[in-house]
Amino acid sequence: MSLWRRLYGANPLHLLVLIACFALVGYVVSMLWEDPTWLALLIWFLGAVIGHDLVLYPLYALADQPLRLARWARRRADRPVLVPAVNHVRAPVLGSAVLGLIYLPTITSHGEDALRFTSGLGTAGILENWLLVTGVLFLGSAVIYAVRLGRAARGTARPATHA
Amino acid sequence: MAQATRDEVPPRTAPEPTYGFPAGLWRGLGRIPVPPPFHPRTWRSPLRGTWLTSVFGAVLLVGLTIVVLTGLMSYIAYGPQFGQAIPADVGGLHLPFFDWPTDPSWFYRLTQGLHVVGGMVLTPVVLAKLWSVVPKLFAWPPVTSVAQLLERISLLALVGGILFEFVTGLMNAQYDYSWGFGFYTAHYYGAWVFIGGFVAHVVLKFPTMVRALRRGPHGTGAFDRWLHDSPATTEPEPVDAHGLAPVDPGRPTLSRRGLLGLVGGGSALVGVLSIGQTWDALRPLAVLSPRGQSYGDGPNDFQINRTLAGSGIDPAALGDGWRLRLTGGTGEVSLSRSDLAAMPQHTAVLPIACVEGWSTTRTWSGVRLRDLAALAGVSAPDNAFVQSVETSGAFARATLQANQVLDPDALLALRVGDDDGGPMADLSPDHGFPARVIVPALPGVHNTKWVASIDFRRTGAT
Repeated sequence: MSLWRRLYGANPLHLLVLIACFALVGYVVSMLWEDPTWLALLIWFLGAVIGHDLVLYPLYALADQPLRLARWARRRADRPVLVPAVNHVRAPVLGSAVLGLIYLPTITSHGEDALRFTSGLGTAGILENWLLVTGVLFLGSAVIYAVRLGRAARGTARPATHA
Repeated sequence: MAQATRDEVPPRTAPEPTYGFPAGLWRGLGRIPVPPPFHPRTWRSPLRGTWLTSVFGAVLLVGLTIVVLTGLMSYIAYGPQFGQAIPADVGGLHLPFFDWPTDPSWFYRLTQGLHVVGGMVLTPVVLAKLWSVVPKLFAWPPVTSVAQLLERISLLALVGGILFEFVTGLMNAQYDYSWGFGFYTAHYYGAWVFIGGFVAHVVLKFPTMVRALRRGPHGTGAFDRWLHDSPATTEPEPVDAHGLAPVDPGRPTLSRRGLLGLVGGGSALVGVLSIGQTWDALRPLAVLSPRGQSYGDGPNDFQINRTLAGSGIDPAALGDGWRLRLTGGTGEVSLSRSDLAAMPQHTAVLPIACVEGWSTTRTWSGVRLRDLAALAGVSAPDNAFVQSVETSGAFARATLQANQVLDPDALLALRVGDDDGGPMADLSPDHGFPARVIVPALPGVHNTKWVASIDFRRTGAT
């Protein structure tokens, strides 16, 4: 067993499970082998991985850097920041972004022709709805921030006895 | 001051990986100095770690299992025994076949609502899970054993599968068909690729997940602490062999509670703005969904999946000259709309639920399908083939199971109204005038509109 482990790097069950996985995927591939659209399927499958791991992920990781920089720039040597603002920016940005991502085809009217053919409906006003929802998220976050800031300021102002 | 104490913290070092054969090769690879993002110091979030990933993993284990199973059930709901599920021949890749039930009438509404809205609600969790494991994607050395090499390949099925399914599912529900392949085939086979990766991943990682959840974020078994920690008191998870916790953590700007709240809040936000497409009372909230819109035409104000214009039917074919043909018995029966209206009418409150995830409850009235079967001389059909006046579309015809014909609420509907006793009206042209099928728990598109004929079939007799 330990020789097996040294050679393979995990227990035999690990290999059995993975063989089962590859067999299933191989079976799916065999079902699609003669599908005339196999290339488009492959491109979209790999494209989804590349699009997330190498495009979307780096974008939002980088988008967080200015927030960290701003946080660093706002640091005070003499007194601490009462309420950090960073998460009051992150939360509405993420909320708006995830809605924008999920509803991207509708917000950008990308499926509008097919939608109209199917249902007689258009997508007019939905972009505006998304912008409104975004505005509400930012406003809500700002209000909560202001309330927290006010509370924290009162909390620190009262015991202002340091000479 | 905080800086001073931080400097006293002993350095966090990743344990030396156990190398499989050929160990020299992997170890040699590991000694090559690499730039970011392959260098482990690239990943500085103090929140990443085995425990955090396990929390997301546990949510997805339950949630994605529901989404996968309800999706596979939808394939059964389409009637694969009649060759009308898409793709028609899937070999062994399906749940055991069974006759889709008609009771409860909201069954398909529930399963498909869970599938579509559930998938949307889980999107933030999937993204968070992928965020939590991204250091593994760039881990160096990329491989430490044959076992790990194979496991990384299987992760392509897992990650590629889930992203492909979410992208195709979300686009299809929003009528964006930019792919160059058929949705049903792609989404169905994509699901099986994902299932392969998912099952393997769960089997291999389940013990790790359970162990990490039991131990808690600090490896002490103390669960209560992470619930109360502030960003300042948040400590990184201990470094372990799983390589998720950072070796060089940055200062926390968000607590664990905050991160989970952010992800959960994102899911709740998506849920609130999406549930309205399948929950009538909350429809006004579905402001981003193409199916949250209203037609504003009273009893006929509900979603249309095929307009009369889109069907290509000449409206003259639906006028006074329209006849319903019933076959299967000894002779053919032909009925005009006034003949149908003169037959005993039955009223039923039934949902109509689309594979795209929207649904609505309506009051329908018309002639029971079983009365039509008896009229045709086949009072106990094994199935019924319904043909629309429309001939072109994929759903211009549907075969119904015996239970779907004989259910007392299965109708050839002539009139429709809202779900709480409002006025009824004739079906509008877009909703299938002169007559359409409505069967409890049947996928929306199989409730054939503009019905031209129904053939009640005895499989033993033919």
